[in-house]
Amino acid sequence: MSEMFSKKNLKLITNPLGEDNPITVQVLGICSALAVTVKVEPAIVMAISVTAVLAFANVIISLLRNTIPSRIRIIVQLVVIAALVILVDQILKAYAYDVSKQLSVFVGLIITNCILMGRLEAFALGNKPWPSFLDGIGNGSGYALILVIVAVTREIFGSGSITLPGFGEMKLIPQAFYDMGYSNNGLMILPPMALIVVGIIIWVQRARNKELIES
Amino acid sequence: MKAIRKILDNIKPHVQKGGKLHKFHSFYDAVETLFFVPDHVTTKGAHIRDAIDLKRNMFMVVIALIPALLFGMWNVGYQHYMATGQEGTLIEYFLHGLLKVLPIIIVSYVVGLGIEIVFAQMRGHEVNEGYFVTGMLIPLIVPVDTPLWMVAVAVVFAVIIGKEVFGGTGMNIFNPALVARAFLFFAYPSQMSGDKIWVNGLTEGQGIVDGFSGATPMAQLTAGASQNDLILGFKNHAMSAYDMFMGWIPGSIGETSTLAIILGGAFLLYTGVASWRVMLSVFAGGMIMGLIFNAFAVNAYMEIPAYYHLVMGGFAFGAVFMATDPVTASQTNTGKIIYGLLIGIVAVLIRVLNPAYPEGMMLAILFMNTFAPLIDYYVVGANIKKRLKRAKA
Repeated sequence: MSEMFSKKNLKLITNPLGEDNPITVQVLGICSALAVTVKVEPAIVMAISVTAVLAFANVIISLLRNTIPSRIRIIVQLVVIAALVILVDQILKAYAYDVSKQLSVFVGLIITNCILMGRLEAFALGNKPWPSFLDGIGNGSGYALILVIVAVTREIFGSGSITLPGFGEMKLIPQAFYDMGYSNNGLMILPPMALIVVGIIIWVQRARNKELIES
Repeated sequence: MKAIRKILDNIKPHVQKGGKLHKFHSFYDAVETLFFVPDHVTTKGAHIRDAIDLKRNMFMVVIALIPALLFGMWNVGYQHYMATGQEGTLIEYFLHGLLKVLPIIIVSYVVGLGIEIVFAQMRGHEVNEGYFVTGMLIPLIVPVDTPLWMVAVAVVFAVIIGKEVFGGTGMNIFNPALVARAFLFFAYPSQMSGDKIWVNGLTEGQGIVDGFSGATPMAQLTAGASQNDLILGFKNHAMSAYDMFMGWIPGSIGETSTLAIILGGAFLLYTGVASWRVMLSVFAGGMIMGLIFNAFAVNAYMEIPAYYHLVMGGFAFGAVFMATDPVTASQTNTGKIIYGLLIGIVAVLIRVLNPAYPEGMMLAILFMNTFAPLIDYYVVGANIKKRLKRAKA
């Protein structure tokens, strides 16, 4: 057991949260980060879906890594991812229909999320199943972290509320503010602002951690 | 002046290296160089000495903005008095406008310079004068009833995202004042478009005379009016091109009077601060596109005389003060002409063909800002090719 959670293995989870974050450092999976972060609820659901698909795809590919001919590995990876995405899509439709409607095509588009292919190529093809699983969870969480930060920012300033799964929409900005002349920032709801928020996160992260700055 | 010098000299030891207030040295520098010619001299090599520096340069633009600013203040009062059905004197109009416009200017400068100073401190740079012009441009391109906090938020966004992320003054891709305007336009559309926001007091609706309309000429044209249906305030007041040229029409604070803008533009050209190539080609581009629409007109908006486009809305203001921004415009002479022409063409294109954006000037300039380096790249490339060919022949 202690070997399973050795320092090296734990790094697989903690690194993607910070200095090896899939969105802010590897710059993968930006498109979905812009598309599903208008409200917090779909962002969380999307993050969980991606984490689940990523972790299991990593494990499956890692198990198959010695049998996949390298010339057709991409198509094998795609089949695995697509199968998992269909599963996730069906589960969402069954148990969280409203959110799945909000996410619309973006659940299906997890297949094209660069984080998945990126991690399969970069990690799962060369590592054992357990570290691959941890890597999947870690990168999924790193993705989730950024998604939630962006979504919270966008929803508070764009809609004045926070929508959590199971709790529904909660108004954060009191009516008195609106009566005094405050209004929601419409730009926050548009995709460009998500890009700018991601950009600001990248900026802050690199200002704090100078090693990340490209020469 | 002597008193100021004395105060500054008293503070100086504290802000120099080793002093207690060394943190604030860049702020001190900014204040000192504002009042006095800097005494820094270069020690090596040959240098051309000239009285003009960034600060003086920027100041010329601010001076050029004064006619538009003063006219804008008068017009704010005039429109308000007209909407409430009162008669006033020139002074009354002006004072009303002054009281409405001054807070916007103050907010713009305090917030903008505040951020500039913070960034200069953090980076150990001197405070830059880049915000002088931007801080004056922003109040002139917003509707008079824009809430002050929105102006502040837009300024924060423009200075940080429009300028500081790229490295500060001189490094920005987009014109910061237009970034502020675009931010307001997309973030708070209800306060930035429509028929009521352009005239002070119209949104509250108190004491407004029945039948008064604050619609800008472009809003009316977008709504389907033809050239002869344009009205100024009331149904029986026709709006002519002369009205638009002189500027007593609803609109953003400083953009309505083409005459005042031309006065400022002439000053800029006389002092050599702005490029005549850009200015001229923007007007030419707008005219060309207007004529093309005239030739293929299928609706009333396309039929309006091409010169209407040059006097309506923010076209002249954009051409004279925004497109000519030396940082975001093309740098090569040929590039400037292409850049200007395309701004004029795209602005009129957006105006006439896209009903969602009655004013196309802001979007056209921001759009072409993106392409300015590309234009330069090809102009320089073409020049190299031409000269290589000549060398071979």
